[in-house]
Formats: sequence, structure tokens, C-alpha cells
Amino acid sequence: MTTEPIIRVDHLAKRFGTFEAVKDVSFTVNRGDVFGFLGPNGAGKSTTIRCLLSLIRPDAGKVELFGKSYANERSAILANIGSIIEKPDFYRYLSAERNLEIFARISGANVGKKDIAEMLDFVGLGDRGKHKVKGFSHGMKQRLGIAQTLLHQPELIILDEPTTGLDPQGIVEIRNLILRLRTEQNKTVVLSSHQLSEIELIANRMVIINKGKTIVEGAVKDLLDANDLQVRIETDDAVAAKSVILSAHPTIEVTQLNGRELEFPVLKDQVHLINQLLVNAGIPVHAIEPKRKLEDYFMNIISSEHVA
Amino acid sequence: MLLKNTWNEFIKILSKPRSYLGVGALTLLIGIIIFAMKADGKSIISFVTASFEQTLTFNGHILNGYLIAFIILQMLIVHVPLLVALVTGDLIAGEAAMGTIRMLATKPISRTNIVLSKFIAGAAYTLFIIIWMGFLALFVSTTIFGTGDVIVLNSDGLVILPEADVLWRFGAGFCVAFLSLLTVSSLSICLSAFAENSIGPIVATMSVIILFTIIGSLDVTVFDTIKPYLFTTHMVSWRSFFEDPVPWSTIRQSVIILVAHNVVLVAIAIVRFNKKDITS
Repeated sequence: MTTEPIIRVDHLAKRFGTFEAVKDVSFTVNRGDVFGFLGPNGAGKSTTIRCLLSLIRPDAGKVELFGKSYANERSAILANIGSIIEKPDFYRYLSAERNLEIFARISGANVGKKDIAEMLDFVGLGDRGKHKVKGFSHGMKQRLGIAQTLLHQPELIILDEPTTGLDPQGIVEIRNLILRLRTEQNKTVVLSSHQLSEIELIANRMVIINKGKTIVEGAVKDLLDANDLQVRIETDDAVAAKSVILSAHPTIEVTQLNGRELEFPVLKDQVHLINQLLVNAGIPVHAIEPKRKLEDYFMNIISSEHVA
Repeated sequence: MLLKNTWNEFIKILSKPRSYLGVGALTLLIGIIIFAMKADGKSIISFVTASFEQTLTFNGHILNGYLIAFIILQMLIVHVPLLVALVTGDLIAGEAAMGTIRMLATKPISRTNIVLSKFIAGAAYTLFIIIWMGFLALFVSTTIFGTGDVIVLNSDGLVILPEADVLWRFGAGFCVAFLSLLTVSSLSICLSAFAENSIGPIVATMSVIILFTIIGSLDVTVFDTIKPYLFTTHMVSWRSFFEDPVPWSTIRQSVIILVAHNVVLVAIAIVRFNKKDITS
């Protein structure tokens, strides 16, 4: 993977009246990244993403995409971006095909009816092209939104909360679509989401913002591996298991949850050793369940910000 | 890109049910007027000409298609602005309400071109409304009632226009009427750029028209200086083509003021839309 920057956001700030939506946000997205954009509600994610797409003019700071700025190369930048902001909205009185035709016509690319049909197939709406969008479910609109973002073959895809309001099956469908964008089409994807597990599963780099400021930015793996993994173990005898673990690893802080369950922090490559230790001691292990790593990391970061 | 998006705007207008409301309402209203004239037109005409019959004698085919077209134009030009605003007021604000404005504004088309394409599409819709009105008023009326000289009652008295001298007056009258309605279209598009839903611009457009019309009709000295600059003052300028002689300088002044209104209103819409933070 190259480290050629495709987005550079530098000390971005935006105020609406007296409310400072974004105070100081900076980050870089490299070509080929699936970049997670995280933050609690009201952190300034949507405002930042709207600045990335020239929907909102920043009051201060710099936004550069593909080494260009919106001041003088707006059309050239937008021709290379596909986006969904919050939820894809379409002309409800038009068919899916006609909606795509409308957006394709002003996308700056030469998109034909065949491309539209192929794209509808790609997102699993091949048989619904002639149907009016007003009859589509939220998940179908999301998929049509993805089709709309990809139609003109942009280098960069920006998805703001693409799984909001979707059922579990819809979330999996969108996740798989994003993974296909990365693996099959080598797109750069910026993904803002409340679904931390989604980011953990598909992003390679991320930024966390809070109260309009960048808190941390880096490779997901590096950020998460800097912390221990919290593991819950289910056995027949929690007291005996705790004793065995502490005899081998006296520094581990083991918490007994009940007669059958223990919880403790451990490095990722030590999990199988603990399992082996318990089995060798004749203590059957029924389950080893890692708690959500990113969720913990995110909560730690945000709560420490609140304390600060 | 401007032409491509203008084509998109045509498709959107043609696909929206509200676009056909105006056409349907117009067809119905003209149908009712023609029916009323067919049923009781002679007594209506007699009522109007009664005051002149002591000094003048009226012979010939007075109740003809041209006269009815004139009456239709006079009656409906007041109501058509609502039908136009219903569609054009929705062009920007409707997209904001639907959320599609985000999709549009993230495409490689300038915001200026977005507004201009909507203005052009709105102008085309307005032109279609005027052509439809002209077709129904002239073609249907003359088919049913035949042709003849037109008697027009002006503030100066009766004007009798020979049959051979009427068609060009209708053509020119419809052109100026189109310019008047185009101003309504530009006003509603301009207001639409400030709003997040289409009801606001439609109601605001009609409110402005009503307000300006009332100011224009009030015989108050303080309003005399602004009256010539209100576009509503010039919305009846089409009627000047049915005077004899035609007051060309008055018509020219009206055209200049209406064109100026259009330019200013579209310019305001462009500036506003370019500066707008799209947060919907």
C-alpha cells in the first residue's frame, strides 16, 4: 500500500453562529486506505465530511484532495469522488435507473445504460432498475446510493454513516460491498460510522475526533495493539482457573465474574497460551470471548477527553 | 454541463405530478370559460355593449374566438403565476427538502450552473404553460366561435381591431405575458434558494405578488415613485398590444423593467446558492 496522501485536512474549523462545530481537525488519508472516521454524536464528523465535499465552507484551515483545493479546482476534485452523506436521497418519483442516469449525466464521466445496468447488478438491484425509488426499503436505497457513488469510477469514496438505520443483514451487505470496493476495485474509502465493530473489521487507518478536535490518528492495528485485549473466559470452575492463571502470570489482574466466568486483560499472542495452560491443568474451557477492542479503546479515549 | 443538467431538470419537472396540476387547472378553467361563453356569451356581450348602444350600433360577429381568447387571457393571467410558482418554487427548495441537493452539490457541476439550469427549465415550463394557454384560448375558441373583429374596452373607450390586425397582437401579447410569468418564475426560484422546503417560496411568491398588486392599485402619492418599478405593474403590459395606436414606448419600458427583474432575481439566487452551506 502506498502512502501517497489523497486527502489532507489541516486545522479545519467551522462555526455556525455561536456554535463551534469543528475547532481543530487535522488528518491525512492515503491512497488505498479504508479510513475510519470516528467520534461521538456532535463531535463534528458530518461537518468535517461536508467540508471535504465542499457542501460547507470552512472558516479556517485547509482541505486538499488529490493535491488540489476547492478554491480553483472544484469540478476536477468532485469528478473523482463518490459520496453518500448520512443517507442517500433520491428522486422518489423516478425509477432507480432514471435516478442513476440523472447523476451519471453530471458526473463528468461517460456512463452509458450498460454501465448503469452493470452497477445495479453489482449492488444487487439488477431486477429493480425500472422500479420507482419511493417503493425501496432503506437498505435498497443505501445500495442504490453505493451504485451512485461508484458509477463514474471515482478514486475516492466517502461514506458518512452508511449503515445508519439498517437491519443486521443490511449492515453485513454494506460491509461486504465496502470490502469489495477495496479488494476488487482498489478504491480509497473514507468511512464515518457509529458502528465501531464495522470500522474495526474493515478500516486500516482511522482518526477519532471529539468536541470538534482531532484526538488520535493512525493505523487501526497500531492503535489497538498498543493496548491489552480484554478477555472473558467460561470454565467449569472459575476459582481453580483463576488460581492456575495467577500461578503462571502473577501480574495479570484477573476478575472473577461468577462461579464460571473470569475476565482479564492479556496480550493478543498470549490468549492461546492461557487456554493451553487451563486445559493442561484439567480445567475445561467452554468459551474465550474477546471484548470489543475498538469499543474499549474509543470509550477510553473519549472518557479521558471528558475528564481532561 | 449546463445543458446536461438542464435536461435533468426537464426530466424532473416532467416526472412530478404537480407539474401537470397547472396544465390541468388551466385546461379546466379555459374549458369552463368557453362553455360559459357558448351557453350565455351573447347576453354577457350585450351587457358590456349596452352602455354604448345609445350612440353606436354593433353589427357582425362580435362574439368570436379572438374576443374570447382576449377575455381568457385577461381573466387567467392573474391566476397563472400561482401555477408557475407551484413548480418553480420547488426547484431548489424541493431538492433541499428531499435531500437530493446534497447529491447534486457534490457532483462536478458548479452551483451557478445548477441555478442556471433550474432557471432555464423553469423558463421552459413557463413557456409551455403560455403556449398551452394560447393554444386553448386561440385555437379552440376560434374553432368553436369562428373569427372576427375584436372589440376591446380600454380606459379610453372602445377600440375595434380588424380581424386581419389581431393575430400579431396576440403573438406579441403572449410574448410579454411570458416575460411577466418568467419574472414570477425567477422570483420563486430566488426565494427557493433561501428556503429548505417548497411551501415557503410558493407562498412567499404569491404574497409578494399580492402585496405589490395592492401597492400598485392604491392611489397614494408616496407609492407613486415606486409603482413604475414594481414588476406587477407591468404584468398587464400584454394588454397594450390591443390599444390603437400601440404604445410602443410604454411596452418597451415594461420589457426593460421585467428583464431587469429577471436578471437581478437570478443573480441573487446564484450568489445565495453559491454562499449557502448545505446542511440539510
